[in-house]
Parts: sequence; C-alpha cells; structure tokens
Amino acid sequence: MNILVLVKNVPETVETELKIVDRGRSVETDELVFSINEWDNYAVEEAVALKEVHGGQVTLLTLGDEEAEDVLRRGLAMGADQAVHICDEDIEGSDPRTVAQAVKRALDGREFDLILSGAQSSDLGQAQTGVLLAQLLDLPYATLAVGLEVKDGKAMVERELEANTLERVELPLPALITIQSGINQPRYVSILGIRKVRKMTIDLLEADDLDLEPDEIGFEGSIYEERNLSLPPQGEGAEMLEGSLNQVCLRMAEIIREKGGLK
Amino acid sequence: MSGILVIAEHRDGELRDCTWEAVSAGLSLRQNVTAVLLASEPGLAETFRGRLPSLRLILEPDLAEYNPEHYLPLVEALIRETAPALVLMGHTSQGMDLAPAMAGRMGLPLVTECTSVQTGDGKMTVTRPAYGGKVVERLVLKPAPTVILTLQGGAFEPASEGRFDTQVQEDRPGAADLRHLRRFVERIKAAVEEVDITAADILVSVGRGIGAPDNIPLAQALADRLGATLSCSRPVADAGWLPKSRQVGTSGQTVRPKVYLALGISGAFQHVAGMGGAEVIIAVNKDPRAPIFQVADYGLVADLFQVLPQLTELMEA
Ligand SMILES: Cc1cc2nc3c(=O)[nH]c(=O)nc-3n(C[C@H](O)[C@H](O)[C@H](O)COP(=O)(O)OP(=O)(O)OC[C@H]3O[C@@H](n4cnc5c(N)ncnc54)[C@H](O)[C@@H]3O)c2cc1C
Ligand SMILES: Nc1ncnc2c1ncn2[C@@H]1O[C@H](COP(=O)(O)O)[C@@H](O)[C@H]1O
Repeated sequence: MNILVLVKNVPETVETELKIVDRGRSVETDELVFSINEWDNYAVEEAVALKEVHGGQVTLLTLGDEEAEDVLRRGLAMGADQAVHICDEDIEGSDPRTVAQAVKRALDGREFDLILSGAQSSDLGQAQTGVLLAQLLDLPYATLAVGLEVKDGKAMVERELEANTLERVELPLPALITIQSGINQPRYVSILGIRKVRKMTIDLLEADDLDLEPDEIGFEGSIYEERNLSLPPQGEGAEMLEGSLNQVCLRMAEIIREKGGLK
Repeated sequence: MSGILVIAEHRDGELRDCTWEAVSAGLSLRQNVTAVLLASEPGLAETFRGRLPSLRLILEPDLAEYNPEHYLPLVEALIRETAPALVLMGHTSQGMDLAPAMAGRMGLPLVTECTSVQTGDGKMTVTRPAYGGKVVERLVLKPAPTVILTLQGGAFEPASEGRFDTQVQEDRPGAADLRHLRRFVERIKAAVEEVDITAADILVSVGRGIGAPDNIPLAQALADRLGATLSCSRPVADAGWLPKSRQVGTSGQTVRPKVYLALGISGAFQHVAGMGGAEVIIAVNKDPRAPIFQVADYGLVADLFQVLPQLTELMEA
C-alpha cells in the first residue's frame, strides 16, 4: 500500500511572545523554533504503522522554505521511504487552495492508495488543505480521523464529532483522510535516527517546475485582498494576581475556598 | 449582496447550536437569510418558524445522517439556483468536513473559524484566530460571487425566537445523482467512566504545561486536598497521561463547576468552549499572552511547578 503524507513545518509559538511585522502581514519568525505540525506528526506515524502491517511505501511531501527539509528528515527517520520538497520562498502567505493546487501539480498524476494530511496546521489552523486536495483529485475523503483501519481495499475511519461522540465511515481506496491528534502515540525520533537518514535524497521542486505563475502563488494569488494581524488585548477581564509566590498562592487559596464553597 | 444561506446542522434529531449562531450572524448583516435543512423527514422544520425569513427543506431518505457526498451536489445546486453572497455554517466536525469540499468543488473562497463578519463597499471583512488564539487575523476578501465562512462556536449569539413569517419551500430531489463512495456506518458514544468531571464543584485542570505523566500526581495532590476532581486539556488525553473521560472541550465534555483552575492550558477555543461556563475561572500560565487570560476571572503568570506545591500546602491549613 502506497501512502502520501502532507507535512508542514510550523513555528512553535505557544510559550513565546509574538511580534507582528511586515506592516501587520506576518509574525516575526526569525527567533522561533520550527518543528513538524502536531497533527502531521500523528499522520506520519499512522502511515508508517500502516506500512508496517500492509507493506508498500510512505512518501512525504512538504511545501516550504529551505528549513522545511527538517520535517522531511524527521519523517524519514520515523520510517518514511521518500520525500518531496516543494521549496519556494514565494509560497509564504499562500492560501490553502494554492497549497492544494501545488501539491496536485507536484504529484503529476502519481497515484497513492491513501493520502493523509493533518486535520489542521497549528499556525493558521485553516483546516482546509487536505479536503481541498481531495476535491482536486476527486477522491473520497473523511476528516478528523481518530481511528483508521485498512482492509480489502477499504478504509474504515472513526471520525471525531463533538462531545465524546464518534462516527464510523467507510471509504473505498484510493482516499484522502485528515488525521486528528490522539489517533496513535507517535514514535520517538532520536538525533541519531535523523543523522542516519541524512544521506537519503529528497526530490526538490520549485514553483517554476509546477507551472505556477507568480500571481498564482503567495499572497498575490490568494483569496485575500488585505491581511492584518494583531495581538488581542492582554488579560482583558482577568484580574491578575501579583506579589510574592506566597502572597499570590494565599490569595488563590482564599478565592478557591470562597468561590468553591469550602470552609 | 444577494442573501445569505445558512447550512443547518443536526444530529440525533436535534438541531445544533451552530445553526442558530450562523442564522444570527447572517441576520446581523441585515441580509435576507435562508437556512437549508437537509434531512430524511420534515420534523425539524418547525423549529425554524419565526426565527428567519425562509427555509429550504430538502428531503431524501439518504439525508438522515450527514454525508458530504449527499450534501455536496444538493447544496451546490441550491447555491447555483439562489446565488447567495455568503454561505455560513459552524466550524464543527461537520463544517470542517463539508466547507472545504464545497469550496474546492465550486471554486469558491472559504475562510474558516471566523469570529466576526462585516460587509461594506461590496467587500467582506472577517476576523479569525491564528497561532492558537494568540493572534487575531483580519482578512479583507477579494470580491467573489459567493463566499463561504465557517463560524467559531460561541462567537455569535444564537438567534432568538420568532419575529419572521418564515417561508418554507420543500424539495424532494430524489437520490439519482448522489455518489455513494463514503458510507456512514454507525455512531459511537464514548462509554461512561466512573469519574464524571461534569459533576464536580471544583476542577483542577492540567494542560500540556504539566510536561510529563510523572507530574500528574502533583495536580492530583492538590485536587485531593480540595476534594476536587482532576480534568485536562486535549494534549494530556491524547498522550494518555489522563483518560479521555477527563478531557474538557468541544470534543470532550462541557463542564460548569464553581471553580475551574486551569494549569498550563493555553486557552484554545476548543478548550474554552467546554469550560467557559464555569462560575469562576482561575488560570496559571507562564505566558502572559496566553489566550486563557482573556476568559479567566483571575490570572496568575507563574510556573505551575512553583504554584502547585505551595498552594497544596496552603490548602491544608
Ligand atoms: C476538532 C478539534 C477538536 C478539539 N477539541 C479539543 C477539546 O475538546 N479540548 C481541548 O482541550 N482541546 C481540543 N482541541 C485542541 C486545541 O485546539 C488545542 O490544541 C489544545 O486545547 C491545547 O491544549 P493545551 O492548552 O494544554 O496545550 P498548549 O496549547 O500547548 O498550551 C500549553 C500552555 O502551558 C503553558 N505552560 C507550559 N509550561 C508551563 C509551566 N511550567 N507553568 C505554567 N504554564 C506553563 C504554556 O505557556 C501554554 O500556554 C481540539 C482541536 C481540534 C482541531
Ligand atoms: N505548506 C504545506 N506543506 C505540506 N502540507 C501542508 C502545508 N500546508 C498544509 N498542509 C497539510 O494540510 C493540513 C491542514 O493544513 P491547513 O489547511 O493549513 O490547516 C496540514 O496538517 C498538513 O498536513
């Protein structure tokens, strides 16, 4: 079974202070650490685990700048067999439609039994790219998979709904499935493991190779006329507790006792 | 603009709140709002009476359960017929499944998880969260005949009861054109566990900031001292550090305790949607810009590993 997995290199922003630059167009990323999108890590694990059972090959594909190669190396270290890197600085700021289009062109008619993407990327969280690609390739699809089994040319998918509820849907292969976090426990990747795949070749493509015109990619080719980022007001509403550790903990204890109905 | 189409969402014979939120978002733009209800029987149509100008009811036995292969051609036909300027639906498991497919199939622009929508000068401006809610993204869209938006749960007040003389149009298109590659098999409700986090007066809730499974006992110790229950955000359940039954949020449980103590939780909307109704929210986070502080009543910028032992000790007295 041959599987394609879309992986994206994203900045880790949870604990860092973000700065808006480029006249509100983007977030300053120079100082940020990048890594594989959380959801894509689950997708790579799922693909490699399926390969281990059913045989075949796992191919990774990313669109991003030069640094994005790191997520491909990481995925190869997890057990993927091949990797494609659409490397183009101009792709920055593209909308999901453009990303999906670029992926389609890069595949150039190559077929896979299964295409996996993450349910969403952690930076812009559009949750669109996988399904858009399914439409471009005219494949049956299912989103938000928290369970996946492949048997007799069919994929049995457990889709996550709201409030602890799942639905089981069945898709004939080939199909595209977007992976929700928690579907598996991704294997650990060691530095040594990454070093081992250092020499594996990665197929490098550029926007030119894909016949994407400059006005088709990047912000210019997007559905947006204007994009403006801002930081929401800080601590709006919350009363911030201040003082020494002991003081703030005393105050917190008091609040919990009073509001929680404790004596 | 020539009207707004809302895609109603229902499950287990009930309309979902996102439907009424989308209706009210549409009405707030002072547009003619039509909802489309795709169902196997007409029962739910009644609930729309008075709440919006018009309803299109599409009835077909295959529409008992949501399936994009059944929804897509029917919704596409309706969009072609009515040419709405805007199509709205919830940013839910259904909206996330359907909206991008509609956008891809019809070549229409889509913006997901919107928290506000404005129109003026023939332009549409929306806002949405980015970077886990640490950034607000404001987008002005290039003109398009129809734009699709999914709306963040809770961002719009649900539409109130009746003031419209709702026009209902019923169609029975027949199943001929529907593709049947994806098949709905069954729905599964998670088994009930012995600990019910929805019943607790006080929840001590840990997020990814708890760092490792070995640190869970630190939070458990505080919970024990308070007679509280331990709950968590999704990554903690995903990693198996706590059982899924302890997860708070859209895909977990909705809780309304007297006190919700959020430790190392950033405050993504999927989490907040499950705990925003707590009477008092106290958040401890080392990032002063964490979105959780926007919903908390009391906030503390600190390392939870310093706070936990200290607070546990103080609660003894
Ligand atoms: C369809 C869908 C459904 C989802 N459903 C849910 C759901 O039901 N429930 C849910 O929770 N999420 C859900 N999510 C995931 C959600 O989007 C977030 O990814 C998740 O809530 C983040 O969890 P977190 O805050 O624990 O982790 P993070 O966002 O990683 O935040 C960790 C926080 O801990 C802080 N921190 C780190 N170390 C310390 C320390 N030592 N002391 C103090 N603070 C520290 C950091 O500053 C950060 O703010 C869903 C996502 C999707 C796509
Ligand atoms: N630049 C990219 N390169 C590779 N895969 C991507 C890229 N952008 C999005 N994806 C894939 O699409 C999924 C959903 O992304 P998004 O639609 O941006 O939320 C991600 O989890 C990835 O699997």
